[in-house]
Amino acid sequence: MAETGRLSQTAVGSPVISPVTLLRTAIILAVLAAWELLAHSGWLYRDVVPSLLSIGRAMGALLTDRNYYFNLGVTAAEILTALAIGGSAGLVVGLVLGANRFLSRAFEPYLYYLGPTPKIIFFPVMIMWFGVGPESKVALGTLSCFFPVALNVAAGMRQIDKVLIRVGRSFRASTWQMVQKIYLPAMRHPIINGIRLGFGFALIGTLLAETKLSNKGIGFLIIQTYSIFDMPAMYAMLIVLFVLAIGANSLIGKLGGLDSIKRS
Amino acid sequence: MTTADTPAVTSGRDYAAPLVGLGTFVAFLLVIEAVIRIGWLNRFIVPPPSEIIASFGNLFTEEHIVYRFFFTAGECFIAGVLVTICGIAIGVVMQRYSLLQRACETWVAAFASAPLVLTYPLFMVIFGRNAWTIIMMGFLSALPPVILKTIEGISGTRKVLVNVGRSFKLTPTQQFWKILFPAALPTIFVGIRLGLIFALINVVGTEFLINFGGLGQLINDLAERYDLAGTYAAICFVILVSVLFFMGLEKAERWLRPVA
Repeated sequence: MAETGRLSQTAVGSPVISPVTLLRTAIILAVLAAWELLAHSGWLYRDVVPSLLSIGRAMGALLTDRNYYFNLGVTAAEILTALAIGGSAGLVVGLVLGANRFLSRAFEPYLYYLGPTPKIIFFPVMIMWFGVGPESKVALGTLSCFFPVALNVAAGMRQIDKVLIRVGRSFRASTWQMVQKIYLPAMRHPIINGIRLGFGFALIGTLLAETKLSNKGIGFLIIQTYSIFDMPAMYAMLIVLFVLAIGANSLIGKLGGLDSIKRS
Repeated sequence: MTTADTPAVTSGRDYAAPLVGLGTFVAFLLVIEAVIRIGWLNRFIVPPPSEIIASFGNLFTEEHIVYRFFFTAGECFIAGVLVTICGIAIGVVMQRYSLLQRACETWVAAFASAPLVLTYPLFMVIFGRNAWTIIMMGFLSALPPVILKTIEGISGTRKVLVNVGRSFKLTPTQQFWKILFPAALPTIFVGIRLGLIFALINVVGTEFLINFGGLGQLINDLAERYDLAGTYAAICFVILVSVLFFMGLEKAERWLRPVA
């Protein structure tokens, strides 16, 4: 998207609206028109596909509701705590495994194969260990985000240019100086990428746990709209949540400079 | 990953690290067993590993875990077939029309980073509390990687191969089936592998959340009955299944990868 913007700035005499923008607008309009048609067709049960107007109204009500922001705050706090704990643990484990070949061969296969397992199945265990409050949601989020961060950091550590390490050693840098001056700066991108993935997994883990057993948070609000069959509110919540999740994901990528690697 | 680092010639030292890993795991289980038996850890929160191992028998005899496994496998299979057909078709169409690709590729990528599994209440309203909701969750989450990798695979076909096809005056359909698709297959399979992993995760997760279906429902049932050892054993079984599934897909991917 940014690239298209850049092109339209430099290309003198090109049309004001690029064909890509035109096509995107056309697709969005077609989808909205099809949605509205479906809403009024009566082919589906009433309110399964609510009209755009009612979704818009529900979104307006949602964004002006103080209770929504309270629940958003609860979920955000749970996700950030999970990311802080799981991310830090993943960083330390990744650094240790990445630095030591023997430990990596001994333990990394376990992380590698446990990483893609469905973490939500651990939720009953988390409830037993941490109770039904926010702690169990944080625990599930932590577990979800630990694996991608640890694996990315370990892989990133192994990809550091050997010349940089030799330079550090030739300057007789201490272990802490090596971590601070060589390893961490050289691994910025894998770490940020790991955190970005970890954030996504922490978000999913925390929200799914909230939908299963909770009395506050966005997951709880979503499952509540299902219970009372308030479909416009459910659509509104999902749209806002998707926008926030995608926005946060790309923000982490931008802050970490991941965009610049992709373009270079 | 780690396998790539392994030297071709194996010696006793090559087994040392995996043995240390396995030994640590066994030692960890023994320590947990001892700590629970001493009473330092509440057995009503963490059951002893020996009880967990013993309850595996119950999973087969009383909980019909084999039937549940095939139920989950069936849902994954349908989601996998749907995602392979739809994902590759969408990817091919997007790659064929460059404008469409430029307009929609970022949307697909954004779709991949969205927490799609949270739409399961929506699908419960549309399909009801049944297997189709679970299949659709698996399908939706698996779709973006298959689309993106199909585009990448076809776009990355070597120019010389395309030119060979042109010199033989192949029609666009022949060009696709004889040149582009075979050349892109290893990359497309990477997408299918990722997609199937996401499908399995979401199928089991949705089964657990909506309390319907195979292995996910079993964990939920056992947890609700407070059968702790059974819950842990069922979780171990799901982990084992997903690890084996993951390893099998990796093997298939290695088999498809062209020799350098």
